[in-house]
Amino acid sequence: MIQLDNITKTYHTRHGPHTVLDGVNLQVCKGVKVGIIGRNGSGKSTLIRLISGAERPTSGRVWRGISVSWPLAFSGAFQAYLTGLDNLRFICRIYGVSFTNVVPFVQEFSELGSYLREPVRHYSGGMRARLAFALSMAIEFDCFLIDEIIVVGDSRFHEKCRRELFEKRKDRALILVSHDINTIKAHCESASVLHDGKLHSFARVDDAYTFYQASLH
Amino acid sequence: MYNETSFARSVQIQLRVIGALLMREIITRYGRDNLGFLWLFVEPMLFTLFITALWTAAKITHGSNLPIVAFAVTGYSSVLLWRNCANRCVMAIPPNMGLLYHRNVRVLDLFIARILLEIAGATISFVVLATFFTSLGWMELPADIVGVLSGWLFLAWFAAALASIVGALTAYTEVAERLWHPISYILFPLSGAVFMVDWLPSNFQKFVLLLPMVHGVEMLRGGYFGSAVRTHFDIGYLFVACLLMTLLGLALVKDAGLRVEVE
Repeated sequence: MIQLDNITKTYHTRHGPHTVLDGVNLQVCKGVKVGIIGRNGSGKSTLIRLISGAERPTSGRVWRGISVSWPLAFSGAFQAYLTGLDNLRFICRIYGVSFTNVVPFVQEFSELGSYLREPVRHYSGGMRARLAFALSMAIEFDCFLIDEIIVVGDSRFHEKCRRELFEKRKDRALILVSHDINTIKAHCESASVLHDGKLHSFARVDDAYTFYQASLH
Repeated sequence: MYNETSFARSVQIQLRVIGALLMREIITRYGRDNLGFLWLFVEPMLFTLFITALWTAAKITHGSNLPIVAFAVTGYSSVLLWRNCANRCVMAIPPNMGLLYHRNVRVLDLFIARILLEIAGATISFVVLATFFTSLGWMELPADIVGVLSGWLFLAWFAAALASIVGALTAYTEVAERLWHPISYILFPLSGAVFMVDWLPSNFQKFVLLLPMVHGVEMLRGGYFGSAVRTHFDIGYLFVACLLMTLLGLALVKDAGLRVEVE
């Protein structure tokens, strides 16, 4: 289980302290798929950064009883001067996973061919995204974090990603953050609404949507 | 329910992360082409060689009968140690921000990896040069290897502590980066690399002996030259200074890690 206890996050801005999250509580059990909906700037990405552990809360605590992924298909950790394979090797070392075991999968899935031996800075945006998605699938986690579903590559590759994540790993927990209710409806069993720094949780996605609609006005 | 990761497990993860960062840093900085990772110590070696040549030409030992090559190699190697460590930790976080999404990578690990690499580079450079000059007959073997070793270890410790303080301060404000460069410039001639404390007037001795690295360099040279030099150092002072700087550095790095705002 993942549990957020009374999380507050305050950023220091030029106009003084700005509280993005104010006493947020959340529980995500193993295998459960939770959506978090909120408007732009409501703190969705901040929440993802705190759950992933990239940033620390100002107060409160994040407890992770199951393994939690980095944000799906995140490419910001790539070292552009290293090859795709060297970046993979680094990820494997960090997570204590055998490099030789996952190379075939990454080669097959990313469809990058010999480009895997080229520095990442020579990749196009689409190639980076494919590598990033392949790396996300190369390391196994109990819970995947998704900060907006980005469409990777063409429709065929998109379908491949969908199958890999939502079918082959349908037993995993998921925290999906989006401003789009349809995405959340398609993948989540329950949903929470992030509004004015507070997180309102609902057992049914429809109820969350009703609340979200009302909060817009 | 808040069962924590055991200490042994934490150590294991941290070693794994630091190892991964080390390899990443080596390949990124030196690549696999031409000399590759040999640059790690070839670069500081070239620095030391140039300085040695310059000091030999300028007869910097001020009329004392100390062998100038050994004087330059011991002196400049110790400068490289603390200066390179600190320089590599300056603004070390921004380019590695994305790595923090891999939860086990912490700001402290970024610093440790860079510090270890610089210490390794400076140490290999020192050993290779000393061996090379000794084989040519331009340098004698050290009089007291334990003295050399402990002086070097203290200097490495000092370098690591200094680097963590300077590196963490640059995470708070870019002003720290701008200030560090002139400060390191001023510290170089004061650091004990270009003089023996004994050569200085006694009121000036007291002043330079406030700088911890001066004690380290004196210890190192005392070990190298033995009774040929009169050294001035206080192990207790150096130890306490390094310890306090390490505590301050760790506290600053921890706090910088809590404040870091990933884009």
